[in-house]
Amino acid sequence: MSRRAFSFSRFLAITLKEFIQMRRDRVTFGMMVGIPMIQLILFGYAINTNPKHLPTAVYAADNSTFSRTIVWGLRNSGYFDVSREAHSAAEIQNWLAEGKVQFAITVPVDFSRKLLRGEKPDLLLEADATDPSAVGFAVGAVNQLVNTVINRDLKGPIAKLQSTTPPFDLVIHQQYNPENISQYNIVPGLTGVMLTMTMIIITGLAITRERERGTMENLLSTPVHPAEVIIGKIVPYIMVGYVQVTLVLLAAKFLFDVPMLGSVPLLVVLTFLFIVANLAVGITFSTIAKNQLQAVQMAFFFFLPSLLLSGYMFPFRGMPGWAQDIGECLPLTHFLRIVRGILLKGNGLAETAPDLWPIALFVLVMLTIGIKRYRQTLD
Amino acid sequence: MNSAYAIDVQGVTKKFGPRTVVNAIAMQVKYGEIYGFLGPNGSGKTTFLRMLCGLLTPDGGSGQCLGLDFRRDSALIKERVGYMTQKFSFYEDLTIEENLDFIARLYGMPQRKTAVEKSLARLGMIERRRQLAGTLSGGWKQRLALAACLIHEPKLLLLDEPTAGVDPKARRDFWEEIHRLAAEGLTFLITTHYMDEASRCHRLGYIAYGNLLAHGTVDDVVKAGGLTTWEVTGTNLSALADKLRGLPGVEQVVVFGLALHVSGRDAEKLHASTAPFMTAPWHWIRIDSGLEDVFISLMETSKDNFA
Repeated sequence: MSRRAFSFSRFLAITLKEFIQMRRDRVTFGMMVGIPMIQLILFGYAINTNPKHLPTAVYAADNSTFSRTIVWGLRNSGYFDVSREAHSAAEIQNWLAEGKVQFAITVPVDFSRKLLRGEKPDLLLEADATDPSAVGFAVGAVNQLVNTVINRDLKGPIAKLQSTTPPFDLVIHQQYNPENISQYNIVPGLTGVMLTMTMIIITGLAITRERERGTMENLLSTPVHPAEVIIGKIVPYIMVGYVQVTLVLLAAKFLFDVPMLGSVPLLVVLTFLFIVANLAVGITFSTIAKNQLQAVQMAFFFFLPSLLLSGYMFPFRGMPGWAQDIGECLPLTHFLRIVRGILLKGNGLAETAPDLWPIALFVLVMLTIGIKRYRQTLD
Repeated sequence: MNSAYAIDVQGVTKKFGPRTVVNAIAMQVKYGEIYGFLGPNGSGKTTFLRMLCGLLTPDGGSGQCLGLDFRRDSALIKERVGYMTQKFSFYEDLTIEENLDFIARLYGMPQRKTAVEKSLARLGMIERRRQLAGTLSGGWKQRLALAACLIHEPKLLLLDEPTAGVDPKARRDFWEEIHRLAAEGLTFLITTHYMDEASRCHRLGYIAYGNLLAHGTVDDVVKAGGLTTWEVTGTNLSALADKLRGLPGVEQVVVFGLALHVSGRDAEKLHASTAPFMTAPWHWIRIDSGLEDVFISLMETSKDNFA
């Protein structure tokens, strides 16, 4: 029956209506632009997974050239701010417990004597590891550093004590973000996080609002088709999504100097699929939720795993297998790989393909559920 | 399926779980007729209207609505029917004009702009076109809702308590508009709780607990009620009312200002019970039963039968 076919005019009616409502709802509209800006500034500037200048205490029981050299070397690494000098081991423990320092280095009494005797003395580095990510890089730096620094002091007659070089050189080459700048990881990822959050919440409200305000009854009594309502409601938010993406990409380039090795137009095109995926989730939620509050709750229920299991907050490969499996089902996981791949690695379409089809599959499943769940009657 | 009836349905049934909300209702409404649909709250009026315009799927029944099979062709019926919901269901954050334009687009009106203009003009809303619907008063909201229901030129209008919460002047204007439209050939099925509105309908149907208990013209319904009513005037009426209530055959004792209406379906019994009180200071006269008396009687008896 041709009458039941998709009607562009009815679709347009819904879209225009959504645009007008969006324009009138100042608070929501402000949030759609405000949320990305706030997230960008907060997360972009605040989050650092490679922290430096961490407060450090030194207890040099053995006040020798070596201990002074070690302190000097730690300072120079940039990871440690030697802010306190302790006079007893107990003092060090207190500072660590109170959180006054992140690290404490103890040079034992007979450090230089043992060192000179070739007895391999201990150098104690204590770290407040309540936040493991805060100490990881710094601890790594210490190993390397102490060796090189000490070797410099072992010269002349004691030069033979210099640690022998290993039979091979391990060359570590950090690719794509050699300086480990957190922003390079976080800012592109933000595009995905932000789209997930705003798109799902806003569209989640779209249909529940109609039901709550009683306008759904009216809408259902007209000849409008479910696909027209759902697609008509999605389109305005696709545009909002693009406004957000543009904001983040501009900030990435001009505020955070994130390298853009790959093709930005390709990224913009691929983002479309991701936006649609999130809108489909939102619409589907809103056909299930009884009111707007439930829709928001569902959005958060989806948003949290997306944030935590996608590899945005924590390394994806660090998660156990089952968690990775859940992560693989989330569109954000794949989008993060796409956006980081394109911007930081200069990936092209071929390299992103493995992450495209899972998103496409997700869209298909979600939209099918959404359109099926959208009831054409009030039963 | 050509017939003189805009609505001609039989056995329409709707169940919500184990509860039968609409029980095998038959209804015939002629083209150009204003059919009033009455009944207590929760009696199934809204459910019946929703089934007619395809908002709810009936569990049983057959028949036609505007010449279309009301169960199979609900999509086509939607295009030809205007449904005005009980609660204002247009967009409060859209202006009057935007609301009308939205509805006109949904119905795919070929001359959309003209249709909107015409509708604005007819309802006297030309100057208010840019006002947000949410800021309108109850009476204006109701006029807007009616205008929106009419924009696609439907043949049949289903109005669900259209005048609830509207002042008397606006209600009168509204009914004048309804009669004007009916004269143009539109058919109306209107639910209401107001007796004065019921008496302005061509024909009535009374529904309680899902069952259609009476239907026909006002006179038909009153006659079908089979009620005998006495009007009592005099002093100390409330004391009399207390004495009369509960006597065999006395079904209703209602105070109407300075008079008391005493009615019952069994005229003999009623007379037997009331005869001892037909003395001074009270003055008794037989009067025609009113619509309200009949409806209350129907409601009370149906409670016993179906509840």
